[in-house]
Amino acid sequence: MAEYQIHEYDVLVVGAGGAGLRAAIEASAAGVTTGVVTKSLLGKAHTVMAEGGMAAAMGNVDDRDNWRVHFADTMRGGQYLNNPRMAEIHAKEAPARVKELEAWGAMFDRTKDGRILQRNFGGHRYPRLAHVGDRTGLEMIRTLQDHGVHRGIQFHMETTVVTLLKDGDRCVGTLAYDRERGRFLVFHAKAVVLATGGIGRAYQITSNSWEYTGDGHSLAYHAGAALLDMEFVQFHPTGMVWPPSVRGILVTEGVRGEGGVLRNKEGRRFMFDDIPANYKSQTADNPEEGWRYTQGDKSARRPPELLTRDHVARCINREVKAGRGSPHGGVFLDIAWIKEKLPNSAEHIKKKLPSMYHQFKQLADIDITQEPMEIRPTTHYMMGGVRVDADTQMSGVAGLFAAGECGAGLHGANRLGGNSLSDLLVFGKRAGEYAAQFAKEHSAGALPKDQIDAAARAALEPFERGPSGENPYAIQYELQESMQKLVGIVRREEEMQQALEIIEKLKRRAAKAGVSGNREYNNGWHTALDLSNLLTVSEIVTRAALERKESRGAQFRDDYPEKSEEWGQYNLRIEKAADGSVRVERIPVIPMAEEMKQVVEEQK
Amino acid sequence: MASATFRIWRGDASVGEFRDYTTEISSGMVVLDAVHKIQAEQANDLAVRWNCKAGKCGSCSAEINGRPKLMCMTRLNTLPLDQPVTVEPMKTFPLLKDLVTDVSWNYRVKERIEYIKPRKPDAPDGTWRMYQSDVDRVQEFRKCIECFLCQDVCHVLRDHRLHDKFIGPRFLVHAAALEMNPIDSADRLQDLRESCGIGYCNITKCCTKVCPEEIKITDNAIIPLKERVVDRYYDPLTRLFRVFR
Repeated sequence: MAEYQIHEYDVLVVGAGGAGLRAAIEASAAGVTTGVVTKSLLGKAHTVMAEGGMAAAMGNVDDRDNWRVHFADTMRGGQYLNNPRMAEIHAKEAPARVKELEAWGAMFDRTKDGRILQRNFGGHRYPRLAHVGDRTGLEMIRTLQDHGVHRGIQFHMETTVVTLLKDGDRCVGTLAYDRERGRFLVFHAKAVVLATGGIGRAYQITSNSWEYTGDGHSLAYHAGAALLDMEFVQFHPTGMVWPPSVRGILVTEGVRGEGGVLRNKEGRRFMFDDIPANYKSQTADNPEEGWRYTQGDKSARRPPELLTRDHVARCINREVKAGRGSPHGGVFLDIAWIKEKLPNSAEHIKKKLPSMYHQFKQLADIDITQEPMEIRPTTHYMMGGVRVDADTQMSGVAGLFAAGECGAGLHGANRLGGNSLSDLLVFGKRAGEYAAQFAKEHSAGALPKDQIDAAARAALEPFERGPSGENPYAIQYELQESMQKLVGIVRREEEMQQALEIIEKLKRRAAKAGVSGNREYNNGWHTALDLSNLLTVSEIVTRAALERKESRGAQFRDDYPEKSEEWGQYNLRIEKAADGSVRVERIPVIPMAEEMKQVVEEQK
Repeated sequence: MASATFRIWRGDASVGEFRDYTTEISSGMVVLDAVHKIQAEQANDLAVRWNCKAGKCGSCSAEINGRPKLMCMTRLNTLPLDQPVTVEPMKTFPLLKDLVTDVSWNYRVKERIEYIKPRKPDAPDGTWRMYQSDVDRVQEFRKCIECFLCQDVCHVLRDHRLHDKFIGPRFLVHAAALEMNPIDSADRLQDLRESCGIGYCNITKCCTKVCPEEIKITDNAIIPLKERVVDRYYDPLTRLFRVFR
């Protein structure tokens, strides 16, 4: 194996977003050698784009808030398919995880009495999101990055994992390549933490960057770990629509939290037309009450624009389909209207939503303090992921951990806004802690030379085929188009069957992908290598969505439009079968402990 | 559909040239869209760094018609399209390939700057009390997306190549955010004066002009830091006191 550079670590973290950095910090604090590989430069991972905030029941703004309310909100939002133990840990530990960021240099917006300010967000009963304007993700990733570089963690930037390496049943490292030179690197580790984020690049309209190709999902699946809840892809209600080049870019839920409203082309606030029964008692029944809620009136209930994302996205879709949409096929999101209520509304909006103001002004020539935005749902987040132990975050493969978006369980059928950043911190920390513990308790496994050679050989095949092979970008675009059209926000059997046929064809074409040039920073080659992960997760999403014959949370089946009590009893576990096919299996949802059932009851 | 020509730098540190690519353009497109279209259709191996495509991550820095900008935030309708649009890599950093430069120096510089040292918490739960008016100025600095365009345009780095003596505007902003953090108790003034080379900055404000986050780098970060250094080391009264202490 002379041709590979080998790096040895106790714990190797794959990914340097919020979960990966937090895991690395914790592992390193436990006194083990820690390395991080990241596809991009440090500080550029997708966490940087998170806008609204991180949910933690600190009760700084409304002292009625506590972990019990947060737990119940998370379970209700996830339609009770969540792993209740994860939801409990998350609700209890999030406040401490947020507060420690301050000691590491984070600078949150403040309450009048000098504490961390919290804002309203969809599905959260009380103002709960610690935030910094609408750039909370940047604050979080920069804080973790700066903390991490002072702790002796080794960062391998612009390095992409090709495969996980196994010694028997245990994960012992990864094979990766560096973008700069295209060299293969072997990472030999006692424990590996996957923190690779989501799968948004499987879709055409997405708020996700090029990195989001389902790497962790696919690597874990091929290494024999089970995945969970893969039918649940979150479409964020508000993505940009116009001009075409910015399609899909996120518009934060914070706009609605600050009083923004949704209207159709007739000017109607259509969200009042359809309020789900289980949220009726918590939702305002008139615009005036909704406005008072956004301004902190504790006696008011939240406006229907702040219902859960799955529901808001579907309502928008319905308006557009019924011909009541905006000129470019979305609906209107209006924050400018608050000038009727606030004297300095333009300044207020710029202060509360600076990057939204900037984004629309610069990319769409729209001044959001004066005119409404056009928005439409955009692929945003993957609830499904690697099935992990709630406390330790270890997957079904010994020594392999997963945290953040590529792990599963916390969010069930639908994630609440703000629960992602807190998820990254809470479970990133736990993954790092238990990976370090695993590393301390185990000696290094043997590196499998045959696996390394085979993976490296396969990774170089696109060069052998050269420019006469299939264009990897074209394959990626076709996959994205098909997933968008056939396995998107509204799903039906025939279309998903068609998607599976297309995926099969694209797999055959991907096996013939070719690239020109050499191995140095060759984006074409990188795109060709990402295809295998994208195709794997696309097939899994489609098969899981086909299996679940009901509509719940983020999964909406046109052919099964109702929620079914029976299906509410099951999660879907996905594994690679011995013959290489995708096996989708129903498993019973994890029952809530009696004590937790009571918490849910008392919060109803 | 209209088309436009992009004159893109192709090559690595040893050899390279501008190459022209003509591609179709549509309403609202930004330079990064055009570069991606060219990459997908005409030059698969074209190296370009990007992530968010919304001006939030600071990955796609380049020089467009000679001006340091984010490719994702530069709309084609702001450029004259009757002539080729030149797109080339940043000049302050070593070229890796095409539009991608080696910015690792920046990460090494940051490691050298003393990390936050929080004073004792104000409340028993380990938290601090800070008022919005106290944190506003630090929040301005923390808007920085580390695109390194300010480093690219700083003549101390770009022309005089003093990378080993001067940390550049980005890291003066970083140091200012730490120095002005109400809970921080570290003292970086000696480092700023010596290893960080703050004296090299002669406040031409080029960095402020190119900042996509509109941080007033020179006025709000560098000048106040310079004042603190001057107060400590050059104020005659302070020096006098030091002699008699």
